[in-house]
Amino acid sequence: MNFLLEPLAYQFMQRGLAASVIVGVLCAVMGTYVVLRGMAFLGDAMAHAILPGVAIAYIFQGDLLIGAGVAAVIVALSIGFFSKEGTVKEDTAIGILFAAALSLGVALISAMQTYAVDLSHILFGNVLGVSISDLWLIAGLSVAILLTVAVFYKPFLIVSFDPILAATLRLPAERLRNLMLVLLSLTVVVSLQTVGVSLAAAMLVTPAATAYLLTKRLFPMMLVSALIGAVSSIVGLYISYYFNIVSGSAIVLTATFLFLLGFLYKRVKSI
Amino acid sequence: MSHLPHRLEVQNASIGYGQKTILKDLSFQIPHGARVAVVGPNGAGKSTLFKALVGLLPLQSGQILIHGEALGAHKDCVAYIPQREEVDWKFPVTVEDVAMMGRYSQKSWLSRPSKQDKQIVKNSLEQMGIAHLANQPIGRLSGGQQQRVFLARAIAQEPHILLMDEPFTGVDATTQETTLNLLDQLREKETTMMISTHDLNLAASRFDYALLLNHKLIAFGKPKEVFVKENLSQAFGNALLVVDNGVILVDECCPPDEEHQRHPIEEK
Repeated sequence: MNFLLEPLAYQFMQRGLAASVIVGVLCAVMGTYVVLRGMAFLGDAMAHAILPGVAIAYIFQGDLLIGAGVAAVIVALSIGFFSKEGTVKEDTAIGILFAAALSLGVALISAMQTYAVDLSHILFGNVLGVSISDLWLIAGLSVAILLTVAVFYKPFLIVSFDPILAATLRLPAERLRNLMLVLLSLTVVVSLQTVGVSLAAAMLVTPAATAYLLTKRLFPMMLVSALIGAVSSIVGLYISYYFNIVSGSAIVLTATFLFLLGFLYKRVKSI
Repeated sequence: MSHLPHRLEVQNASIGYGQKTILKDLSFQIPHGARVAVVGPNGAGKSTLFKALVGLLPLQSGQILIHGEALGAHKDCVAYIPQREEVDWKFPVTVEDVAMMGRYSQKSWLSRPSKQDKQIVKNSLEQMGIAHLANQPIGRLSGGQQQRVFLARAIAQEPHILLMDEPFTGVDATTQETTLNLLDQLREKETTMMISTHDLNLAASRFDYALLLNHKLIAFGKPKEVFVKENLSQAFGNALLVVDNGVILVDECCPPDEEHQRHPIEEK
């Protein structure tokens, strides 16, 4: 018992744990769409694309989360713009914008000198540095994103599963797709602090991929994915505390371990 | 309720992707409750026509009228049954989930399905003989069962116009018969049906009208009037062989299709 309670004596651990669980659940739920719609590459790109926004916010000493958020939304909408009506294939548009944004971010960062620490925090997360106001922002944004997913559950399901049915039902497919991209980019922004941009993509894909192996309907898939995301965050944070490992890595490795278990279970079951 | 004379009217429509035109200057009118076979060689533009009719492809010129109004004025009155290759069978949805999508309407997209919706879905699954599979994921079904899921969804949609892309290609005899029975039932509800098929005998024997396409409209009318030598040779070109005693052979099995990947099994 003491083993579990000891880390919670520190307030930064309490806040870190709360933030990790919220982000774990959020990424896991949004991740179901990432996995089902084959957007893993997009999630990865999105995570790196917010770098210039963070760098600019840092230069002007603004809020890093806001800088990241603005950058993410711009990139998401640009991808939609360039790939509209098939002018450029979507993954090509993603590849171009991903590389451009990452280069711009690195260019901006390389112009500064005192950036090493912050850069590593941005890339790999700094869950123990979550302040009260950060926590509120993370919680607020997460609730807003999850509520939007709940409200658009049916149209998102139809657009993801059967775009032709969506067309016959006259759903605004284009706008729904953009909304999903915006939600996805906000998710990446929210996970900036806990797992960092390099590992956010893993939290989007891994829990959802595990849940995909274990369930046969979308809603249970979301629930199981959320559970895996939460458990990975908690276990990962304790491992990080006791073994003195970077928290983002510990969380992602825990999620990966759970995926391997799920994969083995599925394999054994199908024999 | 007074009906306009035509449910579906296409006027001088040109359809294609980007700058490329696949179907040129198409005009035809389909009367109330008619059953139309859409016939033509591979890549003739059958799927393209359907995509335009559901509003998935914008028209390059001309217009499509349903009940005398432009496409889009009537919500959810067109149902489309996709080819099997167009569906993601690994998506985590059950048979019932898919059929329930047919009951989606913009008025009630926040609310849960009503009792009436559930009853309609249940009936449509029973009608297709797949009620016992309601809780199965669609990926675990056989090919014929999979097609019947989408037929059930189309029934649940209660459409005025039903479009089916190659429903008789690569399915078992039971599914083919179930499909044809369904068409008979829908006729009683005055549903207008357009069905693309490679089976010319089926098109000639079980349909009211035939629409012969090859990048343009070659003929539209009663199958007997449409399936004559001149029209067929115009549509199929070299794939057509006219034997002395009046028998016409059409060979067009399985070249890779520009429009869509076809199922390898062809039923003749």
